[in-house]
Amino acid sequence: MAEQTLRAWLLTDTPTSRRHAKLSALYQGWLSFRSNTMAMIGLGILLALVLVAAAAPILSPHDPFAQDLGNRLAPLGTDGHVLGTDSLGRDILSRLIYGARITLYIVALVALIAPVVGLLVGTVSGYLGGWIDIVLMRITDIFLAFPRLVLALAFVAALGAGIENAVIAISLTAWPPYARIARAETLTIRSSDYISAIKLQGAGGLRIITKHIWPLCVSSLIVRVTLDMAGIILAAAGLGFLGLGAQPPSPEWGAMISEGRRFILDHWWVATMPGLAIFTVSLAFNLLGDGLRDVLDPKAGE
Amino acid sequence: MSMLDIDALDVWFGRDRGRVDAVRQASFIAAAGESFGLVGESGSGKSTILRAITGLAPTWSGKIAVKGHAIGQRRPKAFYKQVQMVFQDPYASLHPRHSVDAVLGETLHLHGFRDIDARVVKLLDDVGLGQKFRFRYPHQLSGGQRQRVAIARALAPEPELLLLDEPTSALDVSVQAEILNLLADLRQEHGLTYLMVSHDLSVVGHMCDRLAVMKDGEIVEIMDVAALRAMKATHPYSQHLLQASV
Repeated sequence: MAEQTLRAWLLTDTPTSRRHAKLSALYQGWLSFRSNTMAMIGLGILLALVLVAAAAPILSPHDPFAQDLGNRLAPLGTDGHVLGTDSLGRDILSRLIYGARITLYIVALVALIAPVVGLLVGTVSGYLGGWIDIVLMRITDIFLAFPRLVLALAFVAALGAGIENAVIAISLTAWPPYARIARAETLTIRSSDYISAIKLQGAGGLRIITKHIWPLCVSSLIVRVTLDMAGIILAAAGLGFLGLGAQPPSPEWGAMISEGRRFILDHWWVATMPGLAIFTVSLAFNLLGDGLRDVLDPKAGE
Repeated sequence: MSMLDIDALDVWFGRDRGRVDAVRQASFIAAAGESFGLVGESGSGKSTILRAITGLAPTWSGKIAVKGHAIGQRRPKAFYKQVQMVFQDPYASLHPRHSVDAVLGETLHLHGFRDIDARVVKLLDDVGLGQKFRFRYPHQLSGGQRQRVAIARALAPEPELLLLDEPTSALDVSVQAEILNLLADLRQEHGLTYLMVSHDLSVVGHMCDRLAVMKDGEIVEIMDVAALRAMKATHPYSQHLLQASV
């Protein structure tokens, strides 16, 4: 009974307070998201990843750095090593579990930096127009013209190898598409009547950009970010594979593939297991992005 | 006393060879408390005059004076407390992510009001929307309800001059009548001056005291509503327009 009334309260057409209206909108978004099975699978995988990363010391059967040269390159299903061991006898499962932390760290940092920079540049450029638009968009063009991985390589080479530098390098190469999307959206929004209407209340450019344009750009950016996450994980893995991202003892998935490459013919699991992990997480982000697009698209709410 | 005095107003878009003159040498005066109509076909420059007055069309020359104060290119904040506008399409003039409460609250905040909650309640009552609409989003409202919200937003700063850009043309006929009656009531209650754009002569005949007929960016005739009802237009184009609307 209580559940029934809570549901009715959340689904009402006549909210009675600001908080009520917000919760109601959130709940309806959740309902439409929940009806998308694939997106729920994606969300489930990512939640599991977060849990695994948080509980890594409890879940992992071995120390990810403990070497056991007598037991190197053990195959799948070996006693005590479900996913086998790598060339130094380290447990692959434990390394994958600890590697989830690194993956999440990279994803979170890039997701914080690139879209925010893109949103700022794109909306300012689109709203103000004129020479500011020209300057900002030509800078964007220059960044877009570089192949992403090559530019990231150059940054890492200049700044030194390491996870933080890999993140900065990926972010620096990832923001221009967001700026382009945000600018295109801003151009359609800025000539609309509701922007004219708020201008007639004497609102300044800062308020219009942050309170009226951002909320409408953010949803398409979030969707784009989740769809790009797969690419970002792969880019990070690629830098790790090339030895320019995470450095050897650290269990970063790309670096693990790189180590396993030497044995790929005789001991396929060493490179395959981290590859499967990257594949699963990338797929989960793509599924989630698809589902979010259905929920967050402002036109779908009509 | 004149509320709005427009003299030799030119409005254009683009420049050099791409320049389009949307309004040429328009002049009229709307007295305080009067309801003045602008009629003409689409593209005749009616709405452009409103956009020039509010500053949404920045390239204009001539004289625009509100209550005797001429307006420059940049409008002070006080201007927007005097002059407000209701847009044509209520589906486009409300932010899709802002609730009614947010729209009205922000408007009141921008105009420096302190008692925002009480004023939002009062505005909703004024436009005939109950409290139950306060926290709804635009997609939960009908066209007529949205236009009422837009009217409430325009009334929020307590303006003296309201510019109405075909406020009912996007609505159903039955809803049109409701909105027009609401506008007529509000004018009486608040002593507003209206400048109303429409291509519908019957709407103008119902709402306005005097009207200007526009053709190709020029005002060809200014007449009062009695002349409109008696079909006594002097300019051939206005006669043609009257004939076509019967």
